[in-house]
Amino acid sequence: MKKTLIGALAVSTAMMSPMMAMAQTEIQFWHAFTGRLGDLVKAQVEEFNASQSDYVVVESHKGNYSETLNAGIAAFRAGEQPEILMVYEVGTATMMAAGGAIKPVYEVMAESGASFDPDAYIGAVKGYYTSSDGQMLSLPFNSSTPVLWVNRDAMEAAGVDPDTDLSTWQNVGAVLDELKAGGEDCPLVTAWQSWIHLENLSAYHDVPFATQDNGFAGLDTELALNGPVQVAHLTAMGEWAKDGKFIYTGRRNEGGANFRGGECALFTESSAGYAGIKSEAQFDFDVRPLPYWEGVGNSPQNTIIGGASLWVMAGHDAEEYKGAGEFLSFLSSSDVQAKWHQDTGYLPITIAAGEATRAAGFYEANPGTDVAVIQMTANQPTANSKGLRLGSFDQIRGIIDEELEAIWAGDKTAQEAMDSAKERGDALLRRFESANR
Amino acid sequence: MEKRVTFRGWMLPLLLIAPQVLISLVFFFYPAGQAVWQSLFIPDPFGLSSKFVGLGNFEFLLGDKYYRASFVTTAIFSILVTACAMIPALFLAVTADRLIKGSGVYRTMLIWPYAVAPAVAGVLWLFMFNTHVGLISWYLGQFGYDWNHVLNGGEAMGLVVVASAWGRISYNFLFFLAALQAVPRSVIEAAAIDGARFWRRFFTIVLPLLSPVTFFLLVVNVVYAFFETFGVIHTITAGGPQQSTTILVYKVFSDGFVGQDLGSSSAQSVILLVVVGLLTVVQFKYIEKRVHY
Repeated sequence: MKKTLIGALAVSTAMMSPMMAMAQTEIQFWHAFTGRLGDLVKAQVEEFNASQSDYVVVESHKGNYSETLNAGIAAFRAGEQPEILMVYEVGTATMMAAGGAIKPVYEVMAESGASFDPDAYIGAVKGYYTSSDGQMLSLPFNSSTPVLWVNRDAMEAAGVDPDTDLSTWQNVGAVLDELKAGGEDCPLVTAWQSWIHLENLSAYHDVPFATQDNGFAGLDTELALNGPVQVAHLTAMGEWAKDGKFIYTGRRNEGGANFRGGECALFTESSAGYAGIKSEAQFDFDVRPLPYWEGVGNSPQNTIIGGASLWVMAGHDAEEYKGAGEFLSFLSSSDVQAKWHQDTGYLPITIAAGEATRAAGFYEANPGTDVAVIQMTANQPTANSKGLRLGSFDQIRGIIDEELEAIWAGDKTAQEAMDSAKERGDALLRRFESANR
Repeated sequence: MEKRVTFRGWMLPLLLIAPQVLISLVFFFYPAGQAVWQSLFIPDPFGLSSKFVGLGNFEFLLGDKYYRASFVTTAIFSILVTACAMIPALFLAVTADRLIKGSGVYRTMLIWPYAVAPAVAGVLWLFMFNTHVGLISWYLGQFGYDWNHVLNGGEAMGLVVVASAWGRISYNFLFFLAALQAVPRSVIEAAAIDGARFWRRFFTIVLPLLSPVTFFLLVVNVVYAFFETFGVIHTITAGGPQQSTTILVYKVFSDGFVGQDLGSSSAQSVILLVVVGLLTVVQFKYIEKRVHY
């Protein structure tokens, strides 16, 4: 069914340009976007297809992030893999370890002859997807970073000045006290707890989340998330949870509904939450940088990204790789990137796209949309803030979620929970290591 | 003396059982064999390389105290689901059996929930108990009870049990009702004449006569609780909070299809197969003795 559909699509496209019909090479692109994001991807693909006549990119939606990765893996096993596959950041180590299944983007670009300047990409964005010797393995596609969302009306209702400085957790702690005293039932809520309150916390304070440069330097990495910085933060969060100042709503972004509904004052969530909050919030809101602990580590270093990148898969011929290279080069072009950044709230992947957006006056018209960009690019990333590259990371995040729940419920201290997370996570890392050696 | 119908020759009987054998081979023995084979390896997700580890996967699993704890969780969950699916069904069937007017409507309404897919049922119940917008959790809040299955393991377990059992009540109800209608009236009338009241008649006559159906439903419901409840758990709790609703089959899914650890996932499905196999043997060996056909 799907095949005939794709076939029909190809035929109809071919009919539109009969002269070139025979010469067109088809490039399959599997992604995980639906709804508005899906439409935007579709528009990008159509624009590329219309811009040249040698290649036809065929995009198809394969479910959520992990379903898309699964579809790609199953297709590879059956020898029917797409040229381009979208993989979420958690799957990065899995893809990297599968040397025979992928073709690194820098190779694709070099062979295709498409214009490609690795230095044009924002360091903190591309760093997540480059090898330890600086070669780009996959193309960052949609990247976001956590920021602090503030419900100004809720602050005022609780008698707190909405312009209070919230750049440090020390200040946030004091504000939480005031909010609680002012009758606010939900002072602080979060999405993606492991990503924001452990992974980004570690990078932001320039302390390791895992050894071996967070896994970049080798598979023999061990978790280091039970260090003093992480434990101190989680202890504070645990106290806030106990006092009803931090409300836990779930492992994913369930808290978004509470915040957008106006129930919560502060919300730590991805910068890509912008579109949803802007369209739904019936209150005055602010975007602030993610808070840090003043005087702890090298804070504020830079935060790291979440999102997905595009991988080129092995097993195709040179002409197809050339097309894939052209498409990736098109996606990186400044106009396409600037539009994507402004439409979605995702970070621009190139420096030029960020500058174009600023020059167009977008940040002035939409205050706060540049907070994430500044926070990401403020400092040169260090070994601790480049990103994470851990095998079985999805399962490790599951373990972290469980242990964090134990802290929020008051069943374990932060130290006990993180020691246990390290022990359980390390067992999975050793398994991954032995499977991929 | 036993009466037996025998076939002449082998061809016809073999031909007659061939479809069933073929289906079992293709859909059970082949995949089960594959699972056993794969459980001896740690493969990479893409199938590029595969490392033979013997019983290493089993060692890894059984050495993990969280995996062992999931056996206890599964036992609690299965017992609760089976009980919650069978006892109300029996009660409803008994009341439906006594009904004279409107029994058709009543029965039809009771059967409806069975048509709802587990994942959909999960979302339905989640919606009612959602800590943010849930109707029931709101009413509980009005009574001063702070419902929070996101952090409270007991409440999460209760919720997934109810959501899993709910649809099964209809299925069990159908079987119980059919069995009740097969109970000879004369026996019950005789007991009534002897002065036995309804509940006494129920426990001494009806229940023993229902035992074959009850036994069948017990086996089927335990298997259901072990294997088919995964959709409900996935939509409501995803195994949390902490590990309070991580049952064995859910872990097979999350390790295999989310975590890409096919070796461990295969080993887990082999363990699950053995556990359910043993359980069924025990049920047939010990409980069936108490069943009167």
